[in-house]
Amino acid sequence: MSDLTELTLPQTLHALREGEFTSLELTRAYLARIERLEPDLHAFITLAAEQALEQARLADRRLQPNRRGAKTPLPPLTGLPVAIKDVLCVQGLPCTAGSRMLENYIPPFNATVVERLLAAGVIILGKTNTDEFAMGSSTENSAYGVTRNPWDPQRVPGGSSGGSAAAVAARLAPVALGTDTGGSVRQPASFCGVTGIKPTYGRVSRYGLIAYGSSLDVVGVLGHSAAEVAMLYRLIAGHDLRDATTLDLPVDEPFPSVSDHSSLKTLRIGVPDEYFIQGIQPAVEAAVRQAIQVFQNDLHIEVLPVSLPHTEYALPVYYLLAPAEASANLARFDGIRYGPRLPAEALWDVYCQTRGEKFGPEVKRRIMLGTYALSAGYYDAYYAQAQKVRTLIRRDFERAFEQVDLIAAPIAPTTAFRIGEHGDDPLAMYLEDVFTLPANLAGVPGLAFPVGFDPQGLPVGMQLMGRHYQEPLLFQAAHAYQQITAWHLQSPAV
Amino acid sequence: MSDLTPQDVEHIANLARLSLTPEEKDRYRQQLSAILEYAARLQTLDTSDIPPTSSVLPPRSVLRPDEPGPCLTPGDLASNAPDWEADQFRVPPILD
Repeated sequence: MSDLTELTLPQTLHALREGEFTSLELTRAYLARIERLEPDLHAFITLAAEQALEQARLADRRLQPNRRGAKTPLPPLTGLPVAIKDVLCVQGLPCTAGSRMLENYIPPFNATVVERLLAAGVIILGKTNTDEFAMGSSTENSAYGVTRNPWDPQRVPGGSSGGSAAAVAARLAPVALGTDTGGSVRQPASFCGVTGIKPTYGRVSRYGLIAYGSSLDVVGVLGHSAAEVAMLYRLIAGHDLRDATTLDLPVDEPFPSVSDHSSLKTLRIGVPDEYFIQGIQPAVEAAVRQAIQVFQNDLHIEVLPVSLPHTEYALPVYYLLAPAEASANLARFDGIRYGPRLPAEALWDVYCQTRGEKFGPEVKRRIMLGTYALSAGYYDAYYAQAQKVRTLIRRDFERAFEQVDLIAAPIAPTTAFRIGEHGDDPLAMYLEDVFTLPANLAGVPGLAFPVGFDPQGLPVGMQLMGRHYQEPLLFQAAHAYQQITAWHLQSPAV
Repeated sequence: MSDLTPQDVEHIANLARLSLTPEEKDRYRQQLSAILEYAARLQTLDTSDIPPTSSVLPPRSVLRPDEPGPCLTPGDLASNAPDWEADQFRVPPILD
Protein backbone atom coordinates (compact mmCIF):
# COMPACT_ATOMS: atom_id res chain seq x y z
CA MET A 1 0.00 0.00 0.00
CA SER A 2 1.63 3.24 -1.14
CA ASP A 3 -0.05 5.94 0.92
CA LEU A 4 -2.63 5.06 3.54
CA THR A 5 -3.99 8.61 3.51
CA GLU A 6 -5.30 8.11 -0.04
CA LEU A 7 -7.84 5.45 0.89
CA THR A 8 -11.55 6.11 1.20
CA LEU A 9 -13.17 5.86 4.60
CA PRO A 10 -14.81 2.47 3.94
CA GLN A 11 -11.52 1.12 2.54
CA THR A 12 -9.65 2.37 5.61
CA LEU A 13 -12.12 0.90 8.09
CA HIS A 14 -12.20 -2.41 6.24
CA ALA A 15 -8.42 -2.62 6.12
CA LEU A 16 -8.14 -1.88 9.85
CA ARG A 17 -10.55 -4.71 10.63
CA GLU A 18 -8.84 -7.15 8.31
CA GLY A 19 -5.44 -6.30 9.72
CA GLU A 20 -4.02 -5.03 6.42
CA PHE A 21 -2.44 -2.29 8.51
CA THR A 22 -2.71 -1.14 12.10
CA SER A 23 -4.26 2.00 13.49
CA LEU A 24 -0.77 2.95 14.64
CA GLU A 25 0.53 2.73 11.07
CA LEU A 26 -2.44 4.70 9.80
CA THR A 27 -2.10 7.38 12.47
CA ARG A 28 1.63 7.63 11.78
CA ALA A 29 0.87 8.06 8.05
CA TYR A 30 -1.42 11.02 8.79
CA LEU A 31 1.02 12.52 11.31
CA ALA A 32 3.84 12.21 8.77
CA ARG A 33 1.76 14.00 6.17
CA ILE A 34 0.87 16.69 8.71
CA GLU A 35 4.54 17.11 9.57
CA ARG A 36 5.36 17.59 5.90
CA LEU A 37 2.51 19.91 4.89
CA GLU A 38 1.50 21.73 8.06
CA PRO A 39 4.30 24.34 7.85
CA ASP A 40 2.81 25.51 4.52
CA LEU A 41 -0.89 25.10 5.30
CA HIS A 42 -1.28 25.75 9.03
CA ALA A 43 -4.55 23.84 9.27
CA PHE A 44 -4.11 23.06 12.98
CA ILE A 45 -3.85 25.19 16.09
CA THR A 46 -2.95 22.23 18.33
CA LEU A 47 -1.52 18.88 17.28
CA ALA A 48 -2.00 15.93 19.60
CA ALA A 49 0.56 13.54 18.11
CA GLU A 50 1.50 11.72 21.30
CA GLN A 51 -2.04 11.25 22.54
CA ALA A 52 -3.07 10.15 19.04
CA LEU A 53 -0.36 7.48 18.94
CA GLU A 54 -1.40 6.30 22.41
CA GLN A 55 -5.07 6.14 21.32
CA ALA A 56 -4.01 4.23 18.19
CA ARG A 57 -2.15 1.62 20.26
CA LEU A 58 -5.28 1.15 22.38
CA ALA A 59 -7.40 0.80 19.25
CA ASP A 60 -5.02 -1.82 17.90
CA ARG A 61 -5.38 -3.81 21.11
CA ARG A 62 -9.11 -3.90 20.51
CA LEU A 63 -8.74 -4.67 16.82
CA GLN A 64 -6.26 -7.52 17.31
CA PRO A 65 -8.64 -10.25 18.57
CA ASN A 66 -10.81 -9.49 15.55
CA ARG A 67 -7.96 -10.11 13.19
CA ARG A 68 -7.41 -13.50 14.76
CA GLY A 69 -10.94 -14.45 13.84
CA ALA A 70 -12.88 -13.58 17.00
CA LYS A 71 -15.40 -11.26 15.36
CA THR A 72 -16.49 -9.32 18.41
CA PRO A 73 -18.58 -6.26 17.66
CA LEU A 74 -16.34 -3.21 17.71
CA PRO A 75 -17.32 0.46 17.65
CA PRO A 76 -17.81 1.47 13.99
CA LEU A 77 -14.84 3.85 13.66
CA THR A 78 -12.30 1.96 15.79
CA GLY A 79 -8.82 3.20 14.95
CA LEU A 80 -9.84 6.03 12.59
CA PRO A 81 -7.99 9.36 12.97
CA VAL A 82 -10.11 12.55 12.83
CA ALA A 83 -9.58 16.29 13.30
CA ILE A 84 -11.74 18.54 15.49
CA LYS A 85 -12.40 22.26 15.00
CA ASP A 86 -10.90 24.22 17.86
CA VAL A 87 -14.21 25.53 19.18
CA LEU A 88 -15.23 22.04 20.37
CA CYS A 89 -13.94 20.87 23.74
CA VAL A 90 -11.70 17.81 23.90
CA GLN A 91 -10.77 16.93 27.44
CA GLY A 92 -7.10 17.59 28.14
CA LEU A 93 -6.32 19.38 24.86
CA PRO A 94 -6.18 23.18 24.65
CA CYS A 95 -9.35 24.74 23.21
CA THR A 96 -8.51 28.24 22.00
CA ALA A 97 -11.48 29.08 19.76
CA GLY A 98 -8.86 30.87 17.68
CA SER A 99 -8.62 33.52 20.42
CA ARG A 100 -5.95 34.87 22.75
CA MET A 101 -8.77 34.96 25.29
CA LEU A 102 -8.57 31.17 25.62
CA GLU A 103 -4.89 30.73 24.89
CA ASN A 104 -4.24 28.44 27.85
CA TYR A 105 -7.72 27.03 28.35
CA ILE A 106 -7.74 23.23 28.74
CA PRO A 107 -11.31 21.97 29.02
CA PRO A 108 -11.90 19.41 31.79
CA PHE A 109 -14.65 17.74 29.75
CA ASN A 110 -15.54 16.57 26.24
CA ALA A 111 -18.15 18.09 23.95
CA THR A 112 -20.99 15.61 23.38
CA VAL A 113 -20.04 15.24 19.70
CA VAL A 114 -16.46 14.45 20.73
CA GLU A 115 -17.70 12.01 23.36
CA ARG A 116 -19.80 10.25 20.72
CA LEU A 117 -16.95 10.04 18.22
CA LEU A 118 -14.60 8.72 20.90
CA ALA A 119 -17.20 6.11 21.83
CA ALA A 120 -17.26 5.18 18.13
CA GLY A 121 -13.52 4.52 18.38
CA VAL A 122 -11.84 7.54 16.76
CA ILE A 123 -8.36 8.92 17.32
CA ILE A 124 -8.01 12.68 17.61
CA LEU A 125 -5.11 14.08 15.60
CA GLY A 126 -5.55 17.67 16.74
CA LYS A 127 -7.62 20.85 16.84
CA THR A 128 -8.10 22.73 13.59
CA ASN A 129 -7.80 26.44 12.93
CA THR A 130 -10.82 28.72 12.97
CA ASP A 131 -11.67 32.37 12.81
CA GLU A 132 -11.75 33.72 16.37
CA PHE A 133 -14.88 32.38 18.10
CA ALA A 134 -15.99 31.15 14.63
CA MET A 135 -16.55 34.75 13.49
CA GLY A 136 -15.29 34.98 9.94
CA SER A 137 -15.27 33.57 6.43
CA SER A 138 -11.55 33.02 5.82
CA THR A 139 -9.64 32.01 9.03
CA GLU A 140 -7.91 35.40 8.71
CA ASN A 141 -9.52 36.32 12.03
CA SER A 142 -7.70 33.53 13.88
CA ALA A 143 -5.31 34.89 16.51
CA TYR A 144 -2.97 32.04 15.54
CA GLY A 145 -2.47 32.90 11.88
CA VAL A 146 -4.29 32.18 8.64
CA THR A 147 -4.77 28.70 7.15
CA ARG A 148 -3.77 28.44 3.49
CA ASN A 149 -5.93 26.88 0.83
CA PRO A 150 -4.34 23.60 -0.35
CA TRP A 151 -5.41 24.43 -3.93
CA ASP A 152 -3.56 27.76 -3.86
CA PRO A 153 -1.55 28.83 -0.81
CA GLN A 154 -2.07 32.50 -1.66
CA ARG A 155 -5.79 32.05 -1.01
CA VAL A 156 -7.96 31.53 2.04
CA PRO A 157 -9.56 28.15 2.77
CA GLY A 158 -12.83 29.85 3.68
CA GLY A 159 -14.13 29.99 7.20
CA SER A 160 -14.71 29.72 9.91
CA SER A 161 -14.07 25.93 9.72
CA GLY A 162 -11.20 26.63 7.30
CA GLY A 163 -8.70 24.50 9.22
CA SER A 164 -10.99 21.46 9.06
CA ALA A 165 -11.72 21.99 5.33
CA ALA A 166 -8.04 22.45 4.45
CA ALA A 167 -7.05 19.43 6.57
CA VAL A 168 -9.55 17.19 4.76
CA ALA A 169 -8.69 18.58 1.30
CA ALA A 170 -4.94 18.07 1.85
CA ARG A 171 -5.56 14.64 3.44
CA LEU A 172 -4.10 15.64 6.78
CA ALA A 173 -7.20 13.95 8.22
CA PRO A 174 -9.79 11.74 6.52
CA VAL A 175 -12.71 13.57 8.13
CA ALA A 176 -13.17 16.53 10.47
CA LEU A 177 -15.77 18.23 12.60
CA GLY A 178 -16.72 21.84 11.92
CA THR A 179 -19.47 24.21 12.99
CA ASP A 180 -21.86 26.30 10.91
CA THR A 181 -23.51 29.44 12.29
CA GLY A 182 -23.75 31.37 9.01
CA GLY A 183 -22.06 29.06 6.51
CA SER A 184 -18.90 28.05 8.37
CA VAL A 185 -18.99 24.41 7.21
CA ARG A 186 -20.39 24.90 3.72
CA GLN A 187 -18.33 27.86 2.52
CA PRO A 188 -14.92 26.37 3.45
CA ALA A 189 -16.07 23.02 2.03
CA SER A 190 -16.79 24.86 -1.22
CA PHE A 191 -13.47 26.77 -1.21
CA CYS A 192 -11.47 23.58 -0.51
CA GLY A 193 -13.40 21.18 -2.77
CA VAL A 194 -14.75 18.87 -0.06
CA THR A 195 -18.20 17.73 1.12
CA GLY A 196 -19.72 19.19 4.28
CA ILE A 197 -23.03 18.95 6.13
CA LYS A 198 -24.71 21.74 8.08
CA PRO A 199 -27.38 19.74 9.91
CA THR A 200 -30.85 20.90 10.90
CA TYR A 201 -30.78 23.29 13.86
CA GLY A 202 -31.27 21.21 17.02
CA ARG A 203 -30.21 17.93 15.38
CA VAL A 204 -26.70 17.81 16.84
CA SER A 205 -25.74 18.66 20.42
CA ARG A 206 -23.76 21.84 21.08
CA TYR A 207 -22.78 20.83 24.61
CA GLY A 208 -19.07 21.61 24.79
CA LEU A 209 -19.16 23.91 21.76
CA ILE A 210 -17.99 27.42 22.57
CA ALA A 211 -21.17 29.34 21.80
CA TYR A 212 -21.33 32.09 19.16
CA GLY A 213 -24.92 32.63 17.95
CA SER A 214 -27.02 30.21 19.94
CA SER A 215 -30.17 30.34 17.79
CA LEU A 216 -28.00 29.48 14.76
CA ASP A 217 -24.99 27.36 15.84
CA VAL A 218 -24.84 23.76 14.68
CA VAL A 219 -22.04 21.17 14.56
CA GLY A 220 -21.30 19.55 11.19
CA VAL A 221 -18.92 17.19 9.42
CA LEU A 222 -16.47 17.65 6.53
CA GLY A 223 -15.19 14.75 4.43
CA HIS A 224 -14.49 13.55 0.91
CA SER A 225 -17.96 12.40 -0.09
CA ALA A 226 -21.60 12.48 0.94
CA ALA A 227 -21.35 8.82 1.97
CA GLU A 228 -18.38 9.47 4.26
CA VAL A 229 -19.88 12.60 5.81
CA ALA A 230 -23.12 10.68 6.43
CA MET A 231 -21.22 7.99 8.36
CA LEU A 232 -20.07 10.52 10.95
CA TYR A 233 -23.24 12.60 10.90
CA ARG A 234 -25.39 9.68 12.01
CA LEU A 235 -23.04 9.04 14.94
CA ILE A 236 -23.08 12.61 16.28
CA ALA A 237 -26.75 13.45 15.62
CA GLY A 238 -29.53 12.95 18.10
CA HIS A 239 -30.96 14.00 21.44
CA ASP A 240 -28.69 15.11 24.28
CA LEU A 241 -29.94 15.91 27.77
CA ARG A 242 -27.11 18.43 28.09
CA ASP A 243 -28.35 20.56 25.15
CA ALA A 244 -32.01 21.44 25.59
CA THR A 245 -32.30 22.56 21.96
CA THR A 246 -31.62 19.04 20.66
CA LEU A 247 -34.78 17.37 19.50
CA ASP A 248 -36.05 14.30 21.23
CA LEU A 249 -36.53 12.71 17.83
CA PRO A 250 -34.55 9.56 17.12
CA VAL A 251 -32.12 9.46 14.23
CA ASP A 252 -33.44 6.75 11.88
CA GLU A 253 -32.10 3.34 12.75
CA PRO A 254 -31.01 1.81 10.51
CA PHE A 255 -29.89 5.10 9.01
CA PRO A 256 -31.22 5.30 5.43
CA SER A 257 -28.52 4.07 3.08
CA VAL A 258 -26.99 6.78 0.90
CA SER A 259 -27.24 4.34 -2.00
CA ASP A 260 -30.99 3.93 -1.60
CA HIS A 261 -32.10 6.01 -4.57
CA SER A 262 -35.72 4.89 -4.60
CA SER A 263 -36.93 8.18 -3.13
CA LEU A 264 -35.03 10.17 -5.75
CA LYS A 265 -37.41 9.11 -8.55
CA THR A 266 -40.23 11.28 -7.28
CA LEU A 267 -37.98 14.08 -6.08
CA ARG A 268 -38.36 17.69 -7.10
CA ILE A 269 -35.46 20.12 -6.89
CA GLY A 270 -36.12 23.85 -6.78
CA VAL A 271 -33.73 26.46 -8.11
CA PRO A 272 -34.17 29.93 -6.59
CA ASP A 273 -33.56 32.86 -8.94
CA GLU A 274 -32.55 34.99 -5.97
CA TYR A 275 -29.32 32.99 -5.65
CA PHE A 276 -28.13 33.83 -9.17
CA ILE A 277 -27.60 37.53 -8.67
CA GLN A 278 -25.37 40.05 -10.34
CA GLY A 279 -21.87 39.83 -8.97
CA ILE A 280 -21.76 36.05 -8.89
CA GLN A 281 -18.57 34.82 -10.57
CA PRO A 282 -19.51 33.42 -14.01
CA ALA A 283 -17.57 30.18 -13.42
CA VAL A 284 -19.49 29.61 -10.16
CA GLU A 285 -22.84 30.09 -11.85
CA ALA A 286 -21.83 27.88 -14.79
CA ALA A 287 -20.63 25.00 -12.57
CA VAL A 288 -23.74 25.11 -10.37
CA ARG A 289 -26.09 25.25 -13.35
CA GLN A 290 -24.24 22.37 -14.95
CA ALA A 291 -24.60 20.29 -11.79
CA ILE A 292 -28.32 21.04 -11.75
CA GLN A 293 -28.41 19.75 -15.35
CA VAL A 294 -26.83 16.50 -14.16
CA PHE A 295 -29.60 16.08 -11.59
CA GLN A 296 -32.19 16.77 -14.27
CA ASN A 297 -30.80 14.95 -17.31
CA ASP A 298 -28.76 12.09 -15.84
CA LEU A 299 -30.55 11.41 -12.57
CA HIS A 300 -34.00 12.22 -14.04
CA ILE A 301 -34.99 14.44 -11.15
CA GLU A 302 -37.58 17.10 -11.87
CA VAL A 303 -36.09 20.59 -11.61
CA LEU A 304 -38.26 23.69 -11.35
CA PRO A 305 -37.82 27.33 -10.42
CA VAL A 306 -38.78 28.45 -6.92
CA SER A 307 -38.70 31.84 -5.26
CA LEU A 308 -37.19 32.81 -1.92
CA PRO A 309 -38.09 36.49 -2.17
CA HIS A 310 -36.53 37.68 1.11
CA THR A 311 -33.07 36.24 0.38
CA GLU A 312 -31.46 39.67 0.11
CA TYR A 313 -32.49 40.48 3.67
CA ALA A 314 -30.73 37.46 5.18
CA LEU A 315 -27.44 39.32 5.36
CA PRO A 316 -28.61 42.30 7.44
CA VAL A 317 -30.79 40.00 9.58
CA TYR A 318 -27.88 37.70 10.33
CA TYR A 319 -25.42 40.52 11.00
CA LEU A 320 -27.74 41.93 13.64
CA LEU A 321 -28.95 38.70 15.28
CA ALA A 322 -25.68 36.75 15.38
CA PRO A 323 -23.68 39.66 16.88
CA ALA A 324 -26.50 40.32 19.36
CA GLU A 325 -26.37 36.70 20.52
CA ALA A 326 -22.57 36.78 20.48
CA SER A 327 -22.48 39.89 22.66
CA ALA A 328 -24.39 37.92 25.31
CA ASN A 329 -22.50 34.63 24.84
CA LEU A 330 -19.09 36.28 25.02
CA ALA A 331 -19.93 38.18 28.20
CA ARG A 332 -18.59 35.15 30.09
CA PHE A 333 -15.04 35.89 28.95
CA ASP A 334 -14.11 38.43 31.60
CA GLY A 335 -10.85 37.16 33.07
CA ILE A 336 -12.42 35.69 36.20
CA ARG A 337 -12.97 31.96 35.76
CA TYR A 338 -10.70 31.04 32.89
CA GLY A 339 -8.33 32.58 30.41
CA PRO A 340 -5.83 35.32 31.07
CA ARG A 341 -6.55 38.21 33.40
CA LEU A 342 -5.02 41.67 33.02
CA PRO A 343 -4.01 43.14 36.37
CA ALA A 344 -6.05 46.15 37.53
CA GLU A 345 -7.04 47.76 40.79
CA ALA A 346 -10.78 47.44 40.37
CA LEU A 347 -12.91 44.60 39.09
CA TRP A 348 -14.53 46.78 36.41
CA ASP A 349 -11.11 47.54 34.94
CA VAL A 350 -10.18 43.85 34.98
CA TYR A 351 -13.20 43.14 32.81
CA CYS A 352 -12.67 46.00 30.36
CA GLN A 353 -8.93 45.64 29.99
CA THR A 354 -8.90 41.86 29.72
CA ARG A 355 -11.63 41.94 27.07
CA GLY A 356 -10.19 44.95 25.24
CA GLU A 357 -6.76 43.33 25.09
CA LYS A 358 -7.56 39.65 24.47
CA PHE A 359 -10.42 39.81 21.95
CA GLY A 360 -9.38 40.38 18.34
CA PRO A 361 -10.72 43.13 16.04
CA GLU A 362 -13.60 41.18 14.43
CA VAL A 363 -14.84 39.81 17.76
CA LYS A 364 -14.84 43.28 19.29
CA ARG A 365 -16.60 44.63 16.20
CA ARG A 366 -19.38 42.07 16.49
CA ILE A 367 -19.72 42.52 20.25
CA MET A 368 -20.06 46.28 19.69
CA LEU A 369 -22.57 45.78 16.87
CA GLY A 370 -24.64 43.30 18.86
CA THR A 371 -24.57 45.39 22.00
CA TYR A 372 -25.81 48.37 19.99
CA ALA A 373 -28.62 46.34 18.36
CA LEU A 374 -29.80 45.26 21.82
CA SER A 375 -29.36 48.59 23.57
CA ALA A 376 -32.19 50.76 24.86
CA GLY A 377 -33.61 52.94 22.10
CA TYR A 378 -32.34 50.76 19.24
CA TYR A 379 -33.71 47.33 20.19
CA ASP A 380 -36.96 47.68 18.23
CA ALA A 381 -35.42 49.20 15.13
CA TYR A 382 -32.65 46.64 14.83
CA TYR A 383 -32.94 43.47 16.91
CA ALA A 384 -36.73 43.12 16.99
CA GLN A 385 -37.09 44.06 13.33
CA ALA A 386 -34.41 41.53 12.36
CA GLN A 387 -36.28 38.80 14.26
CA LYS A 388 -39.45 39.63 12.35
CA VAL A 389 -37.71 39.56 8.99
CA ARG A 390 -36.22 36.23 10.06
CA THR A 391 -39.83 34.96 10.15
CA LEU A 392 -40.30 36.12 6.54
CA ILE A 393 -37.16 34.23 5.52
CA ARG A 394 -38.41 31.07 7.27
CA ARG A 395 -41.76 31.39 5.52
CA ASP A 396 -40.00 31.66 2.15
CA PHE A 397 -38.51 28.22 2.79
CA GLU A 398 -41.78 26.77 4.09
CA ARG A 399 -43.57 27.88 0.90
CA ALA A 400 -40.80 26.64 -1.36
CA PHE A 401 -40.79 23.24 0.37
CA GLU A 402 -44.50 22.90 -0.40
CA GLN A 403 -43.49 22.76 -4.07
CA VAL A 404 -40.12 21.01 -3.97
CA ASP A 405 -38.17 18.57 -1.78
CA LEU A 406 -34.73 20.09 -2.17
CA ILE A 407 -33.35 23.49 -3.10
CA ALA A 408 -30.15 23.70 -5.14
CA ALA A 409 -28.04 26.85 -4.94
CA PRO A 410 -24.51 28.20 -5.04
CA ILE A 411 -22.65 28.45 -1.71
CA ALA A 412 -20.65 31.62 -2.24
CA PRO A 413 -20.60 34.21 -5.03
CA THR A 414 -16.93 33.49 -5.70
CA THR A 415 -14.29 30.80 -5.40
CA ALA A 416 -11.56 31.17 -2.73
CA PHE A 417 -10.36 34.77 -2.53
CA ARG A 418 -6.82 35.96 -1.89
CA ILE A 419 -5.48 36.30 1.64
CA GLY A 420 -5.85 39.97 2.57
CA GLU A 421 -8.20 40.71 -0.34
CA HIS A 422 -10.94 42.16 1.87
CA GLY A 423 -8.46 44.05 4.05
CA ASP A 424 -10.20 46.06 6.70
CA ASP A 425 -13.60 46.18 4.99
CA PRO A 426 -15.91 44.05 7.15
CA LEU A 427 -18.98 44.60 4.98
CA ALA A 428 -17.19 43.25 1.88
CA MET A 429 -16.25 40.15 3.90
CA TYR A 430 -19.81 39.71 5.18
CA LEU A 431 -21.10 39.71 1.58
CA GLU A 432 -19.24 36.41 1.06
CA ASP A 433 -21.91 34.81 3.29
CA VAL A 434 -24.94 35.95 1.31
CA PHE A 435 -25.95 32.45 0.07
CA THR A 436 -25.25 30.47 3.23
CA LEU A 437 -27.00 32.63 5.85
CA PRO A 438 -30.62 31.87 4.86
CA ALA A 439 -30.35 28.15 5.78
CA ASN A 440 -29.10 29.08 9.25
CA LEU A 441 -31.84 31.63 9.77
CA ALA A 442 -34.48 29.07 8.71
CA GLY A 443 -32.76 26.22 10.59
CA VAL A 444 -32.85 23.93 7.54
CA PRO A 445 -30.07 21.46 6.70
CA GLY A 446 -27.61 22.16 3.89
CA LEU A 447 -25.10 19.87 2.22
CA ALA A 448 -22.14 21.34 0.32
CA PHE A 449 -20.27 19.33 -2.31
CA PRO A 450 -17.87 20.09 -5.16
CA VAL A 451 -19.31 20.55 -8.67
CA GLY A 452 -16.43 21.94 -10.73
CA PHE A 453 -13.49 24.30 -10.99
CA ASP A 454 -13.01 27.90 -12.07
CA PRO A 455 -10.45 28.85 -14.75
CA GLN A 456 -7.78 29.27 -12.04
CA GLY A 457 -8.32 25.66 -10.98
CA LEU A 458 -10.10 26.56 -7.75
CA PRO A 459 -12.98 24.34 -6.59
CA VAL A 460 -16.61 25.42 -6.93
CA GLY A 461 -19.21 24.00 -4.56
CA MET A 462 -22.98 23.74 -4.57
CA GLN A 463 -25.43 23.26 -1.74
CA LEU A 464 -28.61 21.26 -1.48
CA MET A 465 -30.98 22.46 1.23
CA GLY A 466 -33.87 20.40 2.53
CA ARG A 467 -36.74 20.37 4.98
CA HIS A 468 -35.94 20.06 8.67
CA TYR A 469 -34.54 16.58 9.57
CA GLN A 470 -34.21 15.56 5.91
CA GLU A 471 -30.45 15.05 6.06
CA PRO A 472 -30.75 11.46 4.72
CA LEU A 473 -32.36 12.78 1.53
CA LEU A 474 -29.57 15.35 1.08
CA PHE A 475 -26.97 12.60 1.44
CA GLN A 476 -28.80 10.31 -1.01
CA ALA A 477 -29.14 13.02 -3.67
CA ALA A 478 -25.50 14.13 -3.36
CA HIS A 479 -24.34 10.51 -3.32
CA ALA A 480 -26.26 9.82 -6.54
CA TYR A 481 -24.51 12.84 -8.09
CA GLN A 482 -21.10 11.69 -6.81
CA GLN A 483 -21.68 8.21 -8.28
CA ILE A 484 -21.74 9.66 -11.80
CA THR A 485 -19.32 12.58 -11.43
CA ALA A 486 -15.71 12.81 -10.23
CA TRP A 487 -15.38 16.34 -8.82
CA HIS A 488 -15.23 15.03 -5.25
CA LEU A 489 -12.34 12.72 -6.17
CA GLN A 490 -10.04 15.57 -7.24
CA SER A 491 -7.18 16.39 -4.89
CA PRO A 492 -4.95 19.46 -4.70
CA ALA A 493 -1.34 18.94 -5.77
CA VAL A 494 0.27 19.40 -2.38
CA MET B 1 -30.42 56.64 10.55
CA SER B 2 -27.49 58.91 11.03
CA ASP B 3 -23.93 57.92 11.73
CA LEU B 4 -22.82 56.92 15.20
CA THR B 5 -21.21 59.64 17.26
CA PRO B 6 -18.05 59.22 19.35
CA GLN B 7 -20.34 59.33 22.40
CA ASP B 8 -22.40 56.43 21.02
CA VAL B 9 -19.24 54.36 20.60
CA GLU B 10 -18.12 55.24 24.11
CA HIS B 11 -21.51 54.19 25.46
CA ILE B 12 -21.57 50.84 23.60
CA ALA B 13 -17.99 50.00 24.60
CA ASN B 14 -18.93 50.71 28.19
CA LEU B 15 -22.01 48.48 28.00
CA ALA B 16 -19.89 45.73 26.42
CA ARG B 17 -17.08 46.12 28.99
CA LEU B 18 -14.48 46.72 26.30
CA SER B 19 -11.62 49.11 26.77
CA LEU B 20 -10.75 50.45 23.33
CA THR B 21 -7.91 52.61 22.05
CA PRO B 22 -8.76 55.97 20.42
CA GLU B 23 -7.90 54.45 17.01
CA GLU B 24 -10.23 51.50 17.62
CA LYS B 25 -13.05 53.82 18.66
CA ASP B 26 -12.70 55.84 15.50
CA ARG B 27 -12.48 52.77 13.27
CA TYR B 28 -15.46 51.06 14.88
CA ARG B 29 -17.48 54.28 14.63
CA GLN B 30 -16.97 54.33 10.87
CA GLN B 31 -17.38 50.60 10.31
CA LEU B 32 -20.44 50.18 12.51
CA SER B 33 -22.04 53.20 10.84
CA ALA B 34 -21.53 51.57 7.43
CA ILE B 35 -22.92 48.22 8.60
CA LEU B 36 -25.95 49.87 10.23
CA GLU B 37 -26.59 51.87 7.09
CA TYR B 38 -26.62 48.60 5.15
CA ALA B 39 -28.95 47.06 7.75
CA ALA B 40 -31.34 50.00 7.41
CA ARG B 41 -32.88 48.24 4.39
CA LEU B 42 -34.76 46.07 6.89
CA GLN B 43 -36.80 49.14 7.80
CA THR B 44 -38.32 49.14 4.31
CA LEU B 45 -40.25 45.92 5.04
CA ASP B 46 -43.68 46.13 6.63
CA THR B 47 -43.56 43.68 9.53
CA SER B 48 -46.49 45.00 11.55
CA ASP B 49 -48.30 41.63 11.35
CA ILE B 50 -45.22 39.43 11.52
CA PRO B 51 -44.28 37.66 14.75
CA PRO B 52 -40.59 37.56 15.63
CA THR B 53 -38.52 34.36 15.35
CA SER B 54 -36.32 33.84 18.37
CA SER B 55 -35.93 30.13 17.68
CA VAL B 56 -36.77 27.94 14.71
CA LEU B 57 -37.74 25.11 17.05
CA PRO B 58 -41.36 24.51 17.96
CA PRO B 59 -42.10 26.08 21.37
CA ARG B 60 -41.99 23.35 23.99
CA SER B 61 -41.06 22.65 27.57
CA VAL B 62 -37.83 20.78 28.04
CA LEU B 63 -37.76 18.80 31.28
CA ARG B 64 -35.44 16.18 32.67
CA PRO B 65 -35.43 14.14 35.87
CA ASP B 66 -33.96 16.16 38.73
CA GLU B 67 -31.29 13.64 39.64
CA PRO B 68 -27.74 14.28 40.80
CA GLY B 69 -25.06 13.19 38.35
CA PRO B 70 -21.34 13.57 37.87
CA CYS B 71 -20.13 17.15 37.64
CA LEU B 72 -16.85 19.05 37.54
CA THR B 73 -14.75 19.10 40.69
CA PRO B 74 -13.28 22.25 42.27
CA GLY B 75 -9.92 20.97 41.05
CA ASP B 76 -11.22 20.95 37.46
CA LEU B 77 -12.27 24.57 37.82
CA ALA B 78 -9.04 25.62 39.52
CA SER B 79 -6.98 24.28 36.64
CA ASN B 80 -8.12 27.11 34.35
CA ALA B 81 -8.63 29.88 36.90
CA PRO B 82 -6.35 32.91 36.67
CA ASP B 83 -6.51 33.38 40.46
CA TRP B 84 -7.76 30.68 42.84
CA GLU B 85 -7.64 30.37 46.60
CA ALA B 86 -9.34 28.06 49.08
CA ASP B 87 -11.64 26.55 46.43
CA GLN B 88 -12.79 29.99 45.26
CA PHE B 89 -12.09 32.42 42.44
CA ARG B 90 -10.16 35.40 43.78
CA VAL B 91 -11.11 38.81 42.33
CA PRO B 92 -10.06 42.41 42.98
CA PRO B 93 -12.32 44.53 45.22
CA ILE B 94 -15.77 45.21 43.80
CA LEU B 95 -16.35 48.24 46.05
CA ASP B 96 -13.79 50.62 47.52
